[in-house]
Amino acid sequence: MGIFRSVLAFCLLITWSLAFQSDELFIGDEEFGLEGGQHRSSDPVYSQSSPSTTRKRFSDSGPDSKIHFELEHAFGGSEFSHAGNFSARLKTWNHGAQTLTKLRFSRNALSEAERNNFQKLLQGDDFYRIRLPSNVLSPPGRDYIISSVKARCLPGEVLEEHFVIHMEGVNILAVNYGAPGACPYPRQLKFPAKWSFKSHTVLKNSDQAPRAPVFSEDVLAGEEGEGENVKQPEKSFWAKYWMYLIPLGLIVMNAITQAMNMPEEQAAGQSGAQTQQQPGSAVQRGTGVAVRRR
Amino acid sequence: MAMAIRAFLMFVLFLFSTQFCFSLYEDQVGLMDWHQQYLGKVKHAVFHTQKTGRKRVLVSTEENVVASLDLRHGEIFWRQILGTNDIVDGLDIALGKYVITLSSDGSMLRAWNLPDGQMVWESSLQGSKLSKSILNVPKNLKADKDDLILVFGQGCLHAVSSIDGEVLWKKDFSGQSIEVQQITHSPHNDLIYVAGYVGSSKFYVYQINAKNGELLKDNTAALPSGTYGELLSVSSDMFVTLDDTRSKILLINLKNGEINYNDNHISDLIKDTSGQGVILPSRLPGIFALNLDSLGILIKVTNEGGLVLVEKINNAAALSDAVSISDGQHAFAFVQHEENKIHLTVKDVHNWNSDLLKERIVIDHQRGNVEKIFINNYVRTDRSNGFRALIAMEDHSLLLVQQGEIVWSREDGLASVVDVTTSDLPVEKEGVSVAKVEQNLFEWLKGHILKLKGTLMIASPGDVAAIQAMRLRSSEKSKMTRDHNGFRKLLIVLTRAGKVFALHTGDGRIVWSVLLRTLRKSEACERPIGLNIYQWQDPHHHALDENPSVFVVGRCGPSLAAPAVLSFIDAYTGRELNSLSLAHTVAQVMPLPYTDSTEQRLHLIIDVNQQAYLYPKTPEAIHILQHEFANVYWYSVDADNGIIRGHALNSRCNGEVVDEYCFDLRDLWSIVFPSESERILATMTRKSNEVVHTQAKVMTNQDVMYKYISKNLLFVANVAPKAIGEIGTATPEESWLVIYIIDTVTGRILHRMTHHGCQGPVQAVFSENWVVYHYFNLRAHRYEMSVVEVYDQSRADNKDVWKLVLGKHNLTSPFSSYSRPEVITKSQSYYFTHSVKAIEVTSTAKGITSKQLLIGTIGDQVLALDKRFLDPRRTLNPSQAEKEEGIIPLTDSLPIIAQSYITHSLKVEGLRGIVTVPAKLESTSLVFAYGVDLFFTRIAPSRTYDSLTEDFSYALLLITIVALVAAIFVTWVLSERKDLQEKWR
Repeated sequence: MGIFRSVLAFCLLITWSLAFQSDELFIGDEEFGLEGGQHRSSDPVYSQSSPSTTRKRFSDSGPDSKIHFELEHAFGGSEFSHAGNFSARLKTWNHGAQTLTKLRFSRNALSEAERNNFQKLLQGDDFYRIRLPSNVLSPPGRDYIISSVKARCLPGEVLEEHFVIHMEGVNILAVNYGAPGACPYPRQLKFPAKWSFKSHTVLKNSDQAPRAPVFSEDVLAGEEGEGENVKQPEKSFWAKYWMYLIPLGLIVMNAITQAMNMPEEQAAGQSGAQTQQQPGSAVQRGTGVAVRRR
Repeated sequence: MAMAIRAFLMFVLFLFSTQFCFSLYEDQVGLMDWHQQYLGKVKHAVFHTQKTGRKRVLVSTEENVVASLDLRHGEIFWRQILGTNDIVDGLDIALGKYVITLSSDGSMLRAWNLPDGQMVWESSLQGSKLSKSILNVPKNLKADKDDLILVFGQGCLHAVSSIDGEVLWKKDFSGQSIEVQQITHSPHNDLIYVAGYVGSSKFYVYQINAKNGELLKDNTAALPSGTYGELLSVSSDMFVTLDDTRSKILLINLKNGEINYNDNHISDLIKDTSGQGVILPSRLPGIFALNLDSLGILIKVTNEGGLVLVEKINNAAALSDAVSISDGQHAFAFVQHEENKIHLTVKDVHNWNSDLLKERIVIDHQRGNVEKIFINNYVRTDRSNGFRALIAMEDHSLLLVQQGEIVWSREDGLASVVDVTTSDLPVEKEGVSVAKVEQNLFEWLKGHILKLKGTLMIASPGDVAAIQAMRLRSSEKSKMTRDHNGFRKLLIVLTRAGKVFALHTGDGRIVWSVLLRTLRKSEACERPIGLNIYQWQDPHHHALDENPSVFVVGRCGPSLAAPAVLSFIDAYTGRELNSLSLAHTVAQVMPLPYTDSTEQRLHLIIDVNQQAYLYPKTPEAIHILQHEFANVYWYSVDADNGIIRGHALNSRCNGEVVDEYCFDLRDLWSIVFPSESERILATMTRKSNEVVHTQAKVMTNQDVMYKYISKNLLFVANVAPKAIGEIGTATPEESWLVIYIIDTVTGRILHRMTHHGCQGPVQAVFSENWVVYHYFNLRAHRYEMSVVEVYDQSRADNKDVWKLVLGKHNLTSPFSSYSRPEVITKSQSYYFTHSVKAIEVTSTAKGITSKQLLIGTIGDQVLALDKRFLDPRRTLNPSQAEKEEGIIPLTDSLPIIAQSYITHSLKVEGLRGIVTVPAKLESTSLVFAYGVDLFFTRIAPSRTYDSLTEDFSYALLLITIVALVAAIFVTWVLSERKDLQEKWR
């Protein structure tokens, strides 16, 4: 136990000294920021300088502008406190719609108190909760988007977390928050080697639903429900006439076997005739005997 | 050759796949289905008994049904169901041959042919403002030989021809701020009086010429004080109302168009009262009724404008309108309660000294109080006047009473089913008598001989009829015990009247019914409503000596803030075991998947203040919950604000009163839909008792896909705010439908998809790993149905057989919502011709049988559609392998095959819901559809592969075997004999 503590203390010391470990992923600026469209930015330009000063900085100067919004977290039932910053590029489209692209995330280092809180969560298998504004331009919007995860799901090497932020224009609908991998049910108590967060973030927009297939020529037929039967591909000869062919085959086979048996039968017939003669003679004899007996 | 066999097999498979529709033969109708027709609670009734021929009563009900009933037996001659928003305001007979109904706030006037119920004419009355709607069919009001119907609705008075429904004249009162209360017609001088208030203390009256609608005179008078309640007309030119203190009666008299009024203190008429009265709505000549301190008081208005107290009625329940029995003689009836009896008294309006009729009728107390009474007179054999009364009871049942007896009764409460649950029947006790067995054996044999005759086509027409009758009333299906196949169950339905019925699935008869005390009107509970019915206790271990029970959750009033009530009912006997009036409210009831040692299911009731209450309130239940405390999650949908929240239990409530069964909760997650682009339209979850047979689905290329099966999935359909209205109010550009599949434990959105140019109404069904929903496509001008299937990718690499053999797979690893889901979804949309009232999916005991969607169509029928038609993997030209798997070639629309209506030729009028229950037999699913009508059947989506059909002739089999055995013996004996003979030669 003592060793464990010292290791823990050592880890804490390391994280203390390293203070800021940023391992975030950057999302490509596709129109629909789908999962998988991620690539690591080569120049990590953080707007990390003043995480707590302003909530948003939004200038109307150009069609693209940079905005920030804040991530807050809470331990169990505690109050929410500042935890990190998202920064993104706000893209204004010709038709007036605004979307976010190039999302970046910088997380604050955990303070001592926060670390203690987190340890308590781990021990109690309690919830680690986060929240985001529901509107990035005028936070918090109508309400905060809350998400939570069992704290024991997060620790790996470091604390690993995965955000999928569902966007609709400048509104955040929901955030899928949790561990990037599996979190099997009997959750084991495990402390991370390093008390820092490794964050993955993904922006997601709505998909388009597939349209109903359109067959212009079949529209009428399809409505009646007979399309199924009509559109049957040309059946093979066998499929069409099997009911005639099978009896025919049977008859033919029957005929063949009969033909095959014919010579044998003849031979057998002859032998049969011979054998038949014997009882015949026997009968004759028998009658003879009977006659004699009389 | 192998090729040919393959092709042959494929063809057979194809035959199976195309002929999935399992239609019925005509003589199979009614074998395993039943259909019951109801009307709903009667609001208006008009008798039609004048002419010789069929005596009938016409009724209109709260379910918007207009019907003609046989007065002798209570059967329905005809029935017309108006739409759900087409509420009937008035009913009368015109010209002796048309039934006139006024509906939709006085804007729809229809005439129905009296003998057969065909609509004769319909006239839509235009108006500009909402108002009281009054239908008045005066007896002798003619304009150019046309009988007139007076209709007031939407702020206008219309005179409508009763022959063709043409509006002859119209008078608009919406310009004046007058609130019209009464329309009377004076037969002497063809004048129509339109009386009403401006504000509450100014009385207006208009005199109108009935012939042409000309306004003759309008008069106004300021009343001495404000008024309370409605204006009642006592005769064509006299009105009564109460003043705003409810202690004075205002009598308003129109003599030659002049308004005179006088006020009388109620206390002058009735001594020692201080209470406040209410005028009861009635139509009695020269008399009105007042309800004072729960005492019915009848007051007569003299010609000089004086008021005379004529009768005080104790325990008054209902008062009928007057009927005219001879010239100038009018009779009316009132009803009094006395324990389980009612007293029916019929009196002459003008002669108070004698009763025309006084009867005592014993009524089942489960019917509750009398709510409405309608009377009709007839001439007895001794030429005196007889009376019959039609009584609508508190449980919405309808009785016809004549000569002190109930002639017939109808359980019309079943027209308004709120919720349904099922219960198994008692287990058959051992020890059946020998005589019974012998008789059964004989019956059985006789039946089979008859059937055999039928099969061999040697049955006479009489035999055929006997076979059919025997099949229909086979005693097997209506037994009160559990059967091997699980077809016999009790359907326990909660109705809007607060009555619970148990219906036998075999023949639909009512096994028991109980009017719940907690859902009856009382001092504490003004307008109770029943919400849901749940299984409470389902004993498996003590099935022989304990009865299952159900419980009903209700609320004391329509608002969410009203306190909750609970009732516990024995499912076999219908006895109300216990009832509770709770201190808290009810917003949500959550059955937990845990039962205590007496097999009572644990339930959490969540109130509007977001506190959870545990039931049953036993220490054992607390102990069980404590054990699973961290694993209880639920969600709440706030549709008005577009927010969905997830919750978990937190701690004990810390209120001023310590309640250890009360728990606080905390929010775990929230989803906030942007209000400018989305509104929540529909949500749907999986059924909690659904069984899934296999998680794996084998594809054609021998791949395995794993269904993402989680009990905690929620389907949400949102529409654009502009498209929230009806179809046609929004353009395709400004309407869209967004659908979500959400994990309700973590609040993760697993799938999100937008249908552009589409809008509601959305009907959805969620089962296994798929959801099917129905909506309207504005661009295609058609309804569409879409399917979304969710597959689990995290288990997708378990394809290798060797891994499975060696156990190196993660299939047995526990499933956790907190793992990051790797899901892929497949979806496809298809056109569907009908609009849909409800969608359900069949459920079977083990989930092996393929599924069918049960679609309640706009024509009030139930269509069974194979789930394979809604497969996202359908392709235009399926390969051989895919065809073998049963994939149907892609089409743009879903077929509607006439034979696959499970309701065959019947209609479940006013269809509201479909319930499916698994039978014990895996192939079969029980279906109960309810609306104004009830319909029950059982269906086998993949045919009954696990049992012989019911008309399988065991006798034929037996006889064949016997004959074969006999033949074997005979031939053996014969051959022996021949052998012997030959040996002797």
